Amino acid sequence: MRVATEPSAAVDLSTRVRYGVADGMVVMRRNLLQILRIPTALVFELAQPIMFVLLFTIVFARNIANLPPGFTYVMFLMPGIFVQNAIFGSTTTAIGLAEDMKKGLVDRFRSLPMARSAVLVGRTTSDVAKNLILLLLVIVVAYLVGFRFQNGVVGAIGMIALVLSVGFVFSWISAVVALAIKQVEGVQAAMFTGIFPIVFVSAALVPVIGMASWIQPVAEHNPVTVWANTARVLALGDVAIPPNYGPQTLQGLLITSVVWIAGLLLVFVPIAIRMYRKLT
Amino acid sequence: MAGAIVVEGLVKSFGTVEALRGIDLDVAPGTVFGLLGPNGAGKTTAIRILTTLLLPDGGRAEVVGLDVVRDAEALRSRFGLAGQSAAVDENLTGLENIEMVGRLYHLPSAEARARAVEILERFGLADAAGRQAKTYSGGMRRRLDVAASLVARPDVLFLDEPTTGLDPRSRMDLWAMIRELVNEGKTILLTTQYLEEADNLADRIAVIDLGTVIAEGTSDELKDQIGGEVLELHVQDRADLATIVEILAGIGTGEPTLDHEAGRIRIPVGSAGPSTLLDSVPRLDDGSIAIADIALHRPTLDDVFLSLTGHAAEQEEDPDAAATKRRGRARGEDPR
Repeated sequence: MRVATEPSAAVDLSTRVRYGVADGMVVMRRNLLQILRIPTALVFELAQPIMFVLLFTIVFARNIANLPPGFTYVMFLMPGIFVQNAIFGSTTTAIGLAEDMKKGLVDRFRSLPMARSAVLVGRTTSDVAKNLILLLLVIVVAYLVGFRFQNGVVGAIGMIALVLSVGFVFSWISAVVALAIKQVEGVQAAMFTGIFPIVFVSAALVPVIGMASWIQPVAEHNPVTVWANTARVLALGDVAIPPNYGPQTLQGLLITSVVWIAGLLLVFVPIAIRMYRKLT
Repeated sequence: MAGAIVVEGLVKSFGTVEALRGIDLDVAPGTVFGLLGPNGAGKTTAIRILTTLLLPDGGRAEVVGLDVVRDAEALRSRFGLAGQSAAVDENLTGLENIEMVGRLYHLPSAEARARAVEILERFGLADAAGRQAKTYSGGMRRRLDVAASLVARPDVLFLDEPTTGLDPRSRMDLWAMIRELVNEGKTILLTTQYLEEADNLADRIAVIDLGTVIAEGTSDELKDQIGGEVLELHVQDRADLATIVEILAGIGTGEPTLDHEAGRIRIPVGSAGPSTLLDSVPRLDDGSIAIADIALHRPTLDDVFLSLTGHAAEQEEDPDAAATKRRGRARGEDPR
């Protein structure tokens, strides 16, 4: 008795796609089971955004200038925090992959007749699910410190979808870092060293206008700024559009956001799969 | 009929380290082939190439008639891999682990489940099937690992140091399992650092060192080649070592080897161990040499290496360091 897969030439494209999806789902299910089995990991991961919410609102709130008229810092900050959190949350992709490599699980997977994309697809999609759980919990915390969605249910759902997409993009970037570094400890350090400047030199946490003038153009063109502003407008309405730079409509912001997301995926997904294929 | 595993002139380097320097193997279907050697010898590199995890730099290898490079994709559904190079997910239960691997071999979901139940039963893990693998003992984990590699009923099984780190009891259990699998007609290639293990399980053994096969044959052939049993003497006074060599000249079947630091002499004695031992005692007595210990030893991996390579098989934590060190010395002794 033999299993279904036969020599490569005989495997047509539709079978390939079907196996790719099925294998990705098997790995995703396995990763989700892991989240359920070690819920403490989720609790620790939640501690970080809560700390940021409290630090920024208690320590910074009344020291932040240049806010759009009529905004409290809490209202301004929270959509940015959601984006920041999705980006930070993507480091679990790198850590999970590095751990699987260290334990030999990736070797087992690579010796199986499964799709070469499945380990990465399974990991990045299970991390979207994990990010959704985290995001909903952080939204609850945001409500406790005074944040409110002001642009209706559709806006709120749109913001959640945008934030999760940003997390998905960074999961693939995170996968590339893990496949390059291959060590759990190194991966964590590399991710945070790279992510902090990207998030801080953006409109995620403070308005661009108060930054050093030479860095303002960098911040204005940072995709994190685009995403944070789009999330802000989706959550709060057009009043949140910064008047002095970037698209001046929600539609414009959405298009720029999606172009960035699609562009980064087009670059990093093939790189990650190629690196996985070529692992030794 | 061609071998189930055929390897010709396989070469692989990592930077400046030559892990494989042209090895040839031919494993007949339905047999166990043992790849015996110390850490860093190239055993795991060979297995990783044969299981498509690593591309060779040169030479070629076929498993069940499929080329490990060209036909890698088709080949992956035809073999199982367990041991050092593969692992189980410790957060999943035993059942979930096997089921997952079955699904990834593209077994239909119901069949993957049924097969997982059946295989756990067979490996004595039925009671532990619902427990997370992290609660398993080392022996159970290794059995689960081997079980996972069998889920798609492969004809060829690669076991990379399957018993390293196991207690004697678990090792015996695993040996019994491996024998059963061979009786069912599977071809098994296993790597090991233990001569005893190769001796017990393998129909044929290749001794591998520094990326080269330095000897190949059945267990008996190898033992004959390395001179069978060894007479080992420990002296009280190291100054006596040279005298002993003189006194016992011609008593063994080969040249004695001296270890000054340990105050030890080892003399290969073929299969004439007991009579040689009896011969040597009166001679030593006549020479008034004080002996701390005298004993007969079955050949060990150390003996194989001493006899085949002129250096000891070192077991070091870091395989690269061990290999580099031995390579350096090998170059020193044998400049080319």
